[in-house]
Amino acid sequence: MSVVATPKVRRRGWLLAACLVWVGVLLLVPLVGIVITALEPGLHVVTETVRTPDVIHALELTAVITVISVVVTALFGVVVAWVLVRQRFWGRALLNATVDLPFALSPVTVGLAALVLFGPGGWLAPFFESRGIQIIFALPSMILVTVFICVPFTIREVVPVLEEIGLDEEDASRTLGASVWQTFFRVTLPNIRWALAYGIALTTARAIGEIGAVLIVSGLLQGKTETATLFIFRAYEERQVPAAYVVALLLAAVSVTLLVVIEFLRHRQERERSRT
Amino acid sequence: MGSAAQALGGRGGLRSSPRTTAVLRHLALRGAAVVYLGLIVALPVVAVVTKGFGDGFGTFRNAMATPAAWAAIRLTLWTSTVAAGLNAVMGTLLAWVLVRYRFPGRRLLSTLVDLPLAIPTLVTGVMILALYGPNSLFGRFLDDLGIRVLFTPIAIVIALCTVTLPLVVRNVQPVLQELDPAEEEAAATLGAGPRATFRRVVLPAIRSAVVAGTLLTFSRCLGEIGSVILVAGNIPKKTLTAPVFIFQLTSQFKPSQAAAVATLLFAISFVLVLVTSRLIARDEASA
Amino acid sequence: MSTPIVVEGLTKRFGSFRAVTDVTFTAPAGAITALLGPSGSGKSTVLRMIAGLEEPTAGRIVMGDEELTVKSVQERRVGFVFQHYALFRHMTVADNVGFGLRVRKEDKAVREARVRELLELVHLEPFADRYPEQLSGGQRQRVALARALAPAPKVLLLDEPFGALDAKVRQDLRRWLDELHRELGVTSLLVTHDQEEALELANQIVVMHEGRVEQVGSPGEIYDQPATPFVAGFVGAANVLHGEVVGGQIHLGSIRIPGAAHLDEGAAAAAFVRPHDVRVTSGNGDVAAVVERVASLGWLSRVSLKLPGGETLVAHVPNDDLHGVGEGDTIQVDLRNPKAFLAPESTTERADVPAGA
Repeated sequence: MSVVATPKVRRRGWLLAACLVWVGVLLLVPLVGIVITALEPGLHVVTETVRTPDVIHALELTAVITVISVVVTALFGVVVAWVLVRQRFWGRALLNATVDLPFALSPVTVGLAALVLFGPGGWLAPFFESRGIQIIFALPSMILVTVFICVPFTIREVVPVLEEIGLDEEDASRTLGASVWQTFFRVTLPNIRWALAYGIALTTARAIGEIGAVLIVSGLLQGKTETATLFIFRAYEERQVPAAYVVALLLAAVSVTLLVVIEFLRHRQERERSRT
Repeated sequence: MGSAAQALGGRGGLRSSPRTTAVLRHLALRGAAVVYLGLIVALPVVAVVTKGFGDGFGTFRNAMATPAAWAAIRLTLWTSTVAAGLNAVMGTLLAWVLVRYRFPGRRLLSTLVDLPLAIPTLVTGVMILALYGPNSLFGRFLDDLGIRVLFTPIAIVIALCTVTLPLVVRNVQPVLQELDPAEEEAAATLGAGPRATFRRVVLPAIRSAVVAGTLLTFSRCLGEIGSVILVAGNIPKKTLTAPVFIFQLTSQFKPSQAAAVATLLFAISFVLVLVTSRLIARDEASA
Repeated sequence: MSTPIVVEGLTKRFGSFRAVTDVTFTAPAGAITALLGPSGSGKSTVLRMIAGLEEPTAGRIVMGDEELTVKSVQERRVGFVFQHYALFRHMTVADNVGFGLRVRKEDKAVREARVRELLELVHLEPFADRYPEQLSGGQRQRVALARALAPAPKVLLLDEPFGALDAKVRQDLRRWLDELHRELGVTSLLVTHDQEEALELANQIVVMHEGRVEQVGSPGEIYDQPATPFVAGFVGAANVLHGEVVGGQIHLGSIRIPGAAHLDEGAAAAAFVRPHDVRVTSGNGDVAAVVERVASLGWLSRVSLKLPGGETLVAHVPNDDLHGVGEGDTIQVDLRNPKAFLAPESTTERADVPAGA
């Protein structure tokens, strides 16, 4: 006697299969594909590529930009989140809307904006030129655009948590004699730490992956203003395909690691939310 | 006789009342927030929009006068629509599967769905190159069938679908999770089958989340460059999207034209954001 | 060690909304003073102003001989217990209790000893290393109390401390707070909307309504000698009968209720009679009433009565006095200890007052 699959199980199987195919074809297979393609010439191509000065510089530059972006957006992100949740003032809705602006803009538009502000004939160009400070086609503009793009992440993660936990614990802390700073570090920060960490992880991933804006503002000066992503771009255009693939694989590996961290933090955050 | 008056009047010392320190601190934080967002976010946006309209509407019209510009906008719009539509359906299905089903590897699937949040868009483009290139796995197979993927709009749609894969899923998932099973149980006791229940009970509840996620996806696709620039071929009027076009214009030192196209894209996104928030607000009000 | 709190002319406005208007009272040293009133009466706002969590629009707060009004929250050294506990969710019970000592840079050994002392006091010693989410509501509130008491404050402020708890837990904690207070003798201010709680726990009650003080007095005074219609109606159950003042009495149909000598002739007045003051008499009483419903509540019964004019009365009658009275019967009742006031503006139903007698 054969067991007939009930309609529910059949439907379940079909739905699940469709989803697996979608994710498989778009994500899993390409991921495997790049590993194979990058390592096709042999493992030695990895070590060789990583040793080239251009690559080393690109990785260092990406690291510097990422770290600075993370620190700036995390610090100011907490301040903005605090102000948005705990203060009432005229213009608050406008400030709130501004936070989401970076999500509405293409990265190339961001790069273009930097060009308009700091490029030749730009609005702020005279100020910096007269002081001999190079903004455009140099590190400062690359940092600025990356920060712009990363602004919303920490803020959007911290705001709901601040709203949810309310003022009670902070009030209690003050009645017990803690100063405003003590209250912030001992009570508020521990309450937002997972949300903040999650926001920082997202910021890190986004900063490492930035391409559109830095394409425009970096000037593409090989060995000087080339981030890891820009290196991949140029290497591919110049038919240095193996090197491009290796660096791409490297970034993919870093991303997957970050992904695991992000998932862990998201899980932690959800667990926090379910605690009262 | 308020405390502030006391502090200013009769205390005889330079010590400010706790109220004044608190107010100052509040204002300082608010000032920092405003300056940060004003300089980093608002100023650049103002700069681009102003540049795009330079000496008035004329600049804008001239900049957009080239057929390449309109073709780029059209291509961006329709590829984004297709990608958003596909992800609206698959994203909702994925959210459903992740929330309602239990199966081995569910956690892994959930993690994989978030991959585009972590991976550089350029690397996504490279992965597509690796997979659909002439000598690669899919490439060879499709070549035999006479189907070309790379350097055609198909590649663009694939790229867009990939980078926006998590957006609808993550928008719909929490809503599905919060759904009270009692509502579906009630529908069942009243005689509704699973499909009817889904259509009449679940779908209306998640509708605004799906729409919001789709609009977010669409908005994101409009501005996508990293994954597209390597795989599209960037053939003017054929596979040249608006963001890549903007990049080319800046490389050719035509910032005004670039700004015009950029402003148009931004305007579309902006309107979308307004529509989305209006939709969400309306749905929340009727909930 | 414990000090009195004096509040003078305390006022708080939020924009155009007057939350608290001209509140003045003294909370005696070592006693429990209850701020009693319905939601929105401003009692929590008064408490928070005393703590320094809100800034008064006008008025002063004095603790002993210290002027508190200009001091910051931290400087006031008051203990505050919140309705929803406000425990630090990321700290253990022990760390919560020791927080006040830690921020004052107290020596570690001293701090740990004090924490232990207080945990013993609230019977939560075994829970020292647990986290708030692992405790029940009642346990959390005890931790909150221990935490507030740890820095040895001169004054303890409690904002509806049992409001979020189940009825049984509430009663247990009420009794326990009473014992605790007897032991420690700290001046305490308790905000509550539960009059039973106020009557049971407090040495002095401040009744508040719509931001103003209605009456200040001992529980007995508040209950037996209400100063305003609001107090009469809010504290303890009360029947309200509306009528007209004639010759020092309130006339309501054929009913004559004494005790209105202090009111103007001809004024519209309201008489408040407690349910247990509606007594069944065998002979002729103040009024004849029809029994609508008898509900036995153990040793007494709640009897719903209808008066000739259509008004309803609720009487609490000991079962021994009922003598088999049932629904539909007409009985004679006396209305004892009526409190007469000028009729408050906000009345729901006015009894019909037939012209003449």
